[in-house]
Amino acid sequence: MEKENLRLDEIIREENIVFHKTSLLTDKVFSYCPGCGHGVVHRVIMEIIEELGIQSDTIGISPVGCSVFAYDFMNIDMQQAAHGRAPAVATGIKRCWPEKYVFTYQGDGDLAAIGTSETIHACNRGENIAIFFINNGIYGMTGGQMAPTTLSGMKSSTTPYGRDTMLMGNPIKMTELVATLPGTYFVTRQAVHTALYVRKFKKAARMAFENQKLKKGLSFIEVVSNCNSGWKMSPLQANRWMEENMLAFYPPGDIKINGELIKKT
Amino acid sequence: MAKIKGAIVIDVERCKGCELCMDSCPTDVIRMEKKVNGKGYHYAYMENPENCTGCINCALVCPDAVITVYRKKFED
Repeated sequence: MEKENLRLDEIIREENIVFHKTSLLTDKVFSYCPGCGHGVVHRVIMEIIEELGIQSDTIGISPVGCSVFAYDFMNIDMQQAAHGRAPAVATGIKRCWPEKYVFTYQGDGDLAAIGTSETIHACNRGENIAIFFINNGIYGMTGGQMAPTTLSGMKSSTTPYGRDTMLMGNPIKMTELVATLPGTYFVTRQAVHTALYVRKFKKAARMAFENQKLKKGLSFIEVVSNCNSGWKMSPLQANRWMEENMLAFYPPGDIKINGELIKKT
Repeated sequence: MAKIKGAIVIDVERCKGCELCMDSCPTDVIRMEKKVNGKGYHYAYMENPENCTGCINCALVCPDAVITVYRKKFED
Protein backbone atom coordinates (compact mmCIF):
# COMPACT_ATOMS: atom_id res chain seq x y z
CA MET A 1 0.00 0.00 0.00
CA GLU A 2 2.85 2.33 0.86
CA LYS A 3 4.50 1.59 -2.48
CA GLU A 4 1.21 2.32 -4.21
CA ASN A 5 0.95 5.69 -2.49
CA LEU A 6 4.49 6.49 -3.55
CA ARG A 7 3.57 5.67 -7.12
CA LEU A 8 0.48 7.88 -6.99
CA ASP A 9 2.67 10.74 -5.78
CA GLU A 10 4.89 10.15 -8.77
CA ILE A 11 1.97 10.03 -11.22
CA ILE A 12 -0.02 12.97 -9.90
CA ARG A 13 2.28 15.71 -11.07
CA GLU A 14 1.63 18.61 -13.36
CA GLU A 15 3.84 17.29 -16.18
CA ASN A 16 1.79 14.06 -16.38
CA ILE A 17 -1.61 15.68 -16.94
CA VAL A 18 -3.37 14.20 -19.96
CA PHE A 19 -6.83 15.62 -19.34
CA HIS A 20 -8.05 18.57 -17.34
CA LYS A 21 -11.00 20.93 -17.34
CA THR A 22 -10.59 23.51 -20.07
CA SER A 23 -9.93 27.06 -18.93
CA LEU A 24 -12.80 28.28 -21.14
CA LEU A 25 -15.28 26.84 -18.67
CA THR A 26 -15.77 29.14 -15.71
CA ASP A 27 -15.38 27.89 -12.15
CA LYS A 28 -19.11 28.12 -11.61
CA VAL A 29 -20.69 24.73 -10.87
CA PHE A 30 -23.10 23.64 -13.63
CA SER A 31 -26.73 24.12 -12.70
CA TYR A 32 -27.67 20.87 -14.46
CA CYS A 33 -28.90 17.67 -12.85
CA PRO A 34 -26.37 14.87 -12.15
CA GLY A 35 -25.61 12.99 -15.37
CA CYS A 36 -27.07 15.59 -17.74
CA GLY A 37 -25.62 15.66 -21.25
CA HIS A 38 -25.49 19.48 -21.32
CA GLY A 39 -22.30 19.51 -19.26
CA VAL A 40 -20.44 17.28 -21.71
CA VAL A 41 -21.60 19.31 -24.72
CA HIS A 42 -20.57 22.58 -23.03
CA ARG A 43 -17.16 21.16 -22.23
CA VAL A 44 -16.52 19.74 -25.71
CA ILE A 45 -17.51 22.99 -27.46
CA MET A 46 -15.22 24.97 -25.16
CA GLU A 47 -12.36 22.49 -25.67
CA ILE A 48 -12.61 22.98 -29.43
CA ILE A 49 -12.65 26.77 -29.14
CA GLU A 50 -9.57 26.52 -26.95
CA GLU A 51 -7.80 24.15 -29.36
CA LEU A 52 -8.57 26.37 -32.36
CA GLY A 53 -7.50 29.43 -30.35
CA ILE A 54 -10.60 31.44 -31.26
CA GLN A 55 -11.78 32.45 -27.80
CA SER A 56 -11.87 36.16 -28.59
CA ASP A 57 -13.45 35.60 -32.03
CA THR A 58 -16.35 33.40 -30.99
CA ILE A 59 -19.84 34.54 -30.09
CA GLY A 60 -22.33 32.05 -28.69
CA ILE A 61 -26.09 32.44 -28.51
CA SER A 62 -27.66 30.89 -25.45
CA PRO A 63 -31.26 29.71 -25.67
CA VAL A 64 -34.21 29.44 -23.33
CA GLY A 65 -34.39 26.16 -21.45
CA CYS A 66 -32.12 24.41 -18.96
CA SER A 67 -29.08 25.74 -20.82
CA VAL A 68 -30.24 29.35 -20.53
CA PHE A 69 -27.33 29.95 -18.15
CA ALA A 70 -24.77 28.75 -20.71
CA TYR A 71 -23.36 32.29 -20.67
CA ASP A 72 -22.45 31.80 -17.00
CA PHE A 73 -20.40 28.68 -17.75
CA MET A 74 -18.81 29.48 -21.10
CA ASN A 75 -15.99 31.97 -20.80
CA ILE A 76 -16.57 33.59 -24.21
CA ASP A 77 -18.83 36.34 -25.55
CA MET A 78 -22.43 35.22 -25.32
CA GLN A 79 -25.75 36.72 -26.28
CA GLN A 80 -29.08 35.62 -24.88
CA ALA A 81 -31.93 35.25 -27.38
CA ALA A 82 -35.68 35.09 -26.93
CA HIS A 83 -37.19 31.62 -26.92
CA GLY A 84 -36.47 29.93 -30.25
CA ARG A 85 -35.00 33.03 -31.89
CA ALA A 86 -31.34 32.10 -31.51
CA PRO A 87 -30.77 31.42 -35.27
CA ALA A 88 -32.24 34.84 -36.11
CA VAL A 89 -30.00 36.58 -33.55
CA ALA A 90 -27.00 34.56 -34.81
CA THR A 91 -27.81 35.65 -38.37
CA GLY A 92 -27.69 39.29 -37.33
CA ILE A 93 -24.42 38.90 -35.43
CA LYS A 94 -22.76 36.94 -38.23
CA ARG A 95 -23.81 39.51 -40.86
CA CYS A 96 -22.42 42.36 -38.75
CA TRP A 97 -19.16 40.49 -38.05
CA PRO A 98 -18.62 37.99 -40.89
CA GLU A 99 -15.16 37.12 -39.56
CA LYS A 100 -16.41 36.00 -36.13
CA TYR A 101 -17.35 32.42 -35.31
CA VAL A 102 -21.00 32.27 -34.29
CA PHE A 103 -22.83 29.32 -32.82
CA THR A 104 -26.23 28.79 -31.26
CA TYR A 105 -26.91 26.28 -28.50
CA GLN A 106 -30.52 25.16 -28.36
CA GLY A 107 -32.71 22.49 -26.85
CA ASP A 108 -35.53 20.67 -28.57
CA GLY A 109 -38.30 22.80 -27.08
CA ASP A 110 -36.43 25.87 -28.26
CA LEU A 111 -35.35 24.75 -31.72
CA ALA A 112 -38.02 22.25 -32.73
CA ALA A 113 -41.13 23.85 -31.23
CA ILE A 114 -41.21 27.63 -30.85
CA GLY A 115 -38.20 28.26 -33.07
CA THR A 116 -39.01 25.96 -35.99
CA SER A 117 -39.56 28.83 -38.38
CA GLU A 118 -36.33 30.65 -37.46
CA THR A 119 -34.38 27.42 -37.68
CA ILE A 120 -35.74 26.40 -41.06
CA HIS A 121 -35.27 29.83 -42.60
CA ALA A 122 -31.75 30.25 -41.22
CA CYS A 123 -30.89 26.82 -42.62
CA ASN A 124 -32.52 27.61 -45.95
CA ARG A 125 -30.69 30.93 -46.28
CA GLY A 126 -27.45 29.10 -45.58
CA GLU A 127 -26.13 31.44 -42.91
CA ASN A 128 -22.51 30.66 -42.01
CA ILE A 129 -23.23 29.70 -38.43
CA ALA A 130 -23.21 26.52 -36.40
CA ILE A 131 -26.31 25.26 -34.63
CA PHE A 132 -25.98 22.83 -31.72
CA PHE A 133 -29.31 21.13 -31.11
CA ILE A 134 -29.63 19.18 -27.86
CA ASN A 135 -32.50 16.73 -28.21
CA ASN A 136 -33.73 15.01 -25.06
CA GLY A 137 -37.29 14.41 -26.17
CA ILE A 138 -39.08 16.54 -23.57
CA TYR A 139 -39.24 20.02 -22.09
CA GLY A 140 -36.75 19.37 -19.31
CA MET A 141 -36.69 22.73 -17.54
CA THR A 142 -40.43 23.22 -17.11
CA GLY A 143 -41.11 19.76 -15.68
CA GLY A 144 -40.89 17.17 -18.44
CA GLN A 145 -43.84 18.04 -20.67
CA MET A 146 -44.27 16.51 -24.13
CA ALA A 147 -42.17 18.17 -26.84
CA PRO A 148 -42.44 17.80 -30.63
CA THR A 149 -39.52 15.38 -30.42
CA THR A 150 -41.11 13.09 -27.79
CA LEU A 151 -41.07 9.53 -29.09
CA SER A 152 -44.25 7.65 -29.90
CA GLY A 153 -45.38 5.90 -26.72
CA MET A 154 -42.91 7.83 -24.55
CA LYS A 155 -44.17 8.91 -21.15
CA SER A 156 -43.90 12.54 -20.13
CA SER A 157 -45.70 14.60 -17.51
CA THR A 158 -48.38 15.66 -20.02
CA THR A 159 -48.59 12.21 -21.66
CA PRO A 160 -48.65 9.91 -18.62
CA TYR A 161 -49.90 6.96 -20.71
CA GLY A 162 -47.36 7.53 -23.47
CA ARG A 163 -47.56 9.72 -26.57
CA ASP A 164 -50.46 8.61 -28.76
CA THR A 165 -49.51 9.59 -32.30
CA MET A 166 -53.15 9.35 -33.48
CA LEU A 167 -54.06 12.12 -31.06
CA MET A 168 -50.85 14.09 -30.61
CA GLY A 169 -49.10 13.73 -33.94
CA ASN A 170 -45.73 12.29 -34.84
CA PRO A 171 -42.31 13.13 -33.42
CA ILE A 172 -40.36 15.45 -35.71
CA LYS A 173 -36.89 14.67 -37.04
CA MET A 174 -35.49 18.18 -37.38
CA THR A 175 -32.08 17.04 -38.51
CA GLU A 176 -33.38 15.06 -41.50
CA LEU A 177 -35.69 17.97 -42.29
CA VAL A 178 -32.98 20.63 -42.45
CA ALA A 179 -30.65 18.29 -44.34
CA THR A 180 -32.97 18.50 -47.34
CA LEU A 181 -32.62 22.31 -47.47
CA PRO A 182 -30.01 23.66 -49.92
CA GLY A 183 -28.47 26.08 -47.39
CA THR A 184 -27.05 23.47 -45.03
CA TYR A 185 -23.47 22.35 -45.58
CA PHE A 186 -22.86 19.88 -42.76
CA VAL A 187 -25.66 18.05 -40.94
CA THR A 188 -25.03 15.33 -38.42
CA ARG A 189 -26.52 13.60 -35.41
CA GLN A 190 -24.37 12.63 -32.45
CA ALA A 191 -24.68 11.52 -28.82
CA VAL A 192 -22.53 12.07 -25.73
CA HIS A 193 -23.38 9.23 -23.35
CA THR A 194 -20.22 7.12 -23.82
CA ALA A 195 -16.57 8.00 -24.37
CA LEU A 196 -16.72 6.77 -27.98
CA TYR A 197 -19.66 9.03 -28.83
CA VAL A 198 -18.03 11.99 -27.07
CA ARG A 199 -14.95 11.55 -29.28
CA LYS A 200 -17.14 11.40 -32.41
CA PHE A 201 -19.10 14.46 -31.30
CA LYS A 202 -15.87 16.35 -30.76
CA LYS A 203 -14.80 15.66 -34.35
CA ALA A 204 -18.16 16.83 -35.66
CA ALA A 205 -18.15 19.97 -33.52
CA ARG A 206 -14.65 20.84 -34.72
CA MET A 207 -15.86 20.51 -38.31
CA ALA A 208 -18.76 22.88 -37.55
CA PHE A 209 -16.33 25.61 -36.50
CA GLU A 210 -13.88 24.95 -39.33
CA ASN A 211 -16.73 25.09 -41.88
CA GLN A 212 -17.46 28.68 -40.89
CA LYS A 213 -14.22 29.72 -42.53
CA LEU A 214 -15.34 28.19 -45.85
CA LYS A 215 -18.53 30.30 -45.96
CA LYS A 216 -20.46 27.58 -47.74
CA GLY A 217 -23.42 27.21 -45.44
CA LEU A 218 -24.78 26.23 -42.11
CA SER A 219 -23.54 23.42 -39.88
CA PHE A 220 -26.24 21.67 -37.90
CA ILE A 221 -25.32 19.24 -35.14
CA GLU A 222 -27.99 17.37 -33.24
CA VAL A 223 -26.92 15.77 -29.97
CA VAL A 224 -29.30 13.11 -28.69
CA SER A 225 -29.13 13.57 -24.95
CA ASN A 226 -30.78 12.35 -21.79
CA CYS A 227 -33.00 14.02 -19.22
CA ASN A 228 -32.89 11.71 -16.26
CA SER A 229 -34.97 14.01 -14.02
CA GLY A 230 -37.66 14.44 -16.65
CA TRP A 231 -37.65 10.78 -17.60
CA LYS A 232 -37.73 9.83 -13.88
CA MET A 233 -34.72 7.53 -14.09
CA SER A 234 -31.23 7.32 -12.62
CA PRO A 235 -28.47 8.70 -14.90
CA LEU A 236 -27.29 5.21 -15.86
CA GLN A 237 -30.83 3.95 -16.50
CA ALA A 238 -31.57 7.04 -18.57
CA ASN A 239 -28.52 6.44 -20.75
CA ARG A 240 -29.50 2.81 -21.31
CA TRP A 241 -33.08 3.81 -22.11
CA MET A 242 -31.77 6.45 -24.49
CA GLU A 243 -29.57 3.94 -26.28
CA GLU A 244 -32.45 1.50 -26.73
CA ASN A 245 -35.23 3.92 -27.63
CA MET A 246 -33.98 7.38 -28.58
CA LEU A 247 -31.05 6.19 -30.71
CA ALA A 248 -33.32 3.69 -32.48
CA PHE A 249 -35.57 6.50 -33.68
CA TYR A 250 -32.84 9.15 -33.98
CA PRO A 251 -29.92 7.10 -35.34
CA PRO A 252 -26.53 8.80 -34.85
CA GLY A 253 -24.37 9.48 -37.88
CA ASP A 254 -23.64 12.05 -40.57
CA ILE A 255 -26.56 12.99 -42.81
CA LYS A 256 -24.99 15.64 -45.02
CA ILE A 257 -21.28 16.33 -45.54
CA ASN A 258 -19.85 19.10 -47.73
CA GLY A 259 -23.34 19.94 -48.95
CA GLU A 260 -23.99 16.39 -50.23
CA LEU A 261 -26.64 14.14 -48.71
CA ILE A 262 -25.26 10.78 -47.67
CA LYS A 263 -27.23 8.00 -49.30
CA LYS A 264 -28.10 5.16 -46.97
CA THR A 265 -27.65 1.74 -48.52
CA MET B 1 8.82 -3.96 -19.26
CA ALA B 2 7.55 -0.43 -19.45
CA LYS B 3 4.23 0.00 -17.76
CA ILE B 4 1.78 2.83 -18.23
CA LYS B 5 0.10 3.90 -15.03
CA GLY B 6 -2.63 6.41 -14.61
CA ALA B 7 -4.37 8.24 -11.85
CA ILE B 8 -7.37 10.50 -11.54
CA VAL B 9 -8.05 13.38 -9.20
CA ILE B 10 -11.66 14.28 -8.52
CA ASP B 11 -12.85 17.73 -7.59
CA VAL B 12 -14.94 16.41 -4.71
CA GLU B 13 -17.04 19.51 -4.13
CA ARG B 14 -18.14 19.75 -7.80
CA CYS B 15 -18.91 16.02 -8.20
CA LYS B 16 -22.63 15.25 -8.40
CA GLY B 17 -22.36 11.48 -8.01
CA CYS B 18 -24.02 10.54 -11.32
CA GLU B 19 -21.91 7.34 -11.56
CA LEU B 20 -21.31 7.72 -15.31
CA CYS B 21 -17.53 7.57 -14.75
CA MET B 22 -17.91 4.34 -12.80
CA ASP B 23 -19.84 2.83 -15.72
CA SER B 24 -17.39 4.04 -18.36
CA CYS B 25 -14.22 2.79 -16.64
CA PRO B 26 -12.89 -0.26 -18.53
CA THR B 27 -10.64 -1.39 -15.66
CA ASP B 28 -13.13 -1.00 -12.79
CA VAL B 29 -11.16 1.62 -10.89
CA ILE B 30 -13.87 4.03 -9.76
CA ARG B 31 -16.40 3.60 -6.97
CA MET B 32 -18.69 6.00 -5.18
CA GLU B 33 -17.65 7.11 -1.70
CA LYS B 34 -20.03 6.33 1.19
CA LYS B 35 -19.42 9.80 2.58
CA VAL B 36 -21.07 12.80 0.93
CA ASN B 37 -19.70 16.15 -0.17
CA GLY B 38 -20.98 19.59 0.81
CA LYS B 39 -23.97 19.26 -1.50
CA GLY B 40 -24.93 15.82 -0.21
CA TYR B 41 -23.76 13.80 -3.21
CA HIS B 42 -21.76 10.56 -2.97
CA TYR B 43 -18.62 11.48 -4.86
CA ALA B 44 -16.36 9.29 -6.98
CA TYR B 45 -12.97 8.00 -5.79
CA MET B 46 -10.33 5.50 -6.91
CA GLU B 47 -11.06 2.12 -5.30
CA ASN B 48 -8.46 0.21 -7.32
CA PRO B 49 -5.80 2.80 -8.22
CA GLU B 50 -3.34 0.10 -9.34
CA ASN B 51 -5.60 -0.76 -12.34
CA CYS B 52 -5.86 2.76 -13.72
CA THR B 53 -4.29 3.19 -17.15
CA GLY B 54 -5.14 6.86 -17.62
CA CYS B 55 -7.39 6.17 -20.63
CA ILE B 56 -9.45 9.37 -19.92
CA ASN B 57 -12.80 7.62 -20.62
CA CYS B 58 -14.15 8.76 -17.24
CA ALA B 59 -13.12 12.36 -17.86
CA LEU B 60 -14.73 12.35 -21.32
CA VAL B 61 -18.15 11.29 -20.05
CA CYS B 62 -18.07 13.40 -16.86
CA PRO B 63 -20.84 15.99 -17.28
CA ASP B 64 -19.34 18.30 -14.67
CA ALA B 65 -15.71 18.22 -15.81
CA VAL B 66 -14.51 17.30 -12.31
CA ILE B 67 -11.93 14.67 -13.32
CA THR B 68 -8.28 15.45 -14.02
CA VAL B 69 -6.34 12.53 -15.49
CA TYR B 70 -2.61 11.87 -15.11
CA ARG B 71 -0.56 9.28 -16.99
CA LYS B 72 3.05 8.20 -16.58
CA LYS B 73 5.28 5.55 -18.14
CA PHE B 74 7.31 3.47 -15.65
CA GLU B 75 10.43 1.57 -16.74
CA ASP B 76 10.74 -1.56 -14.61
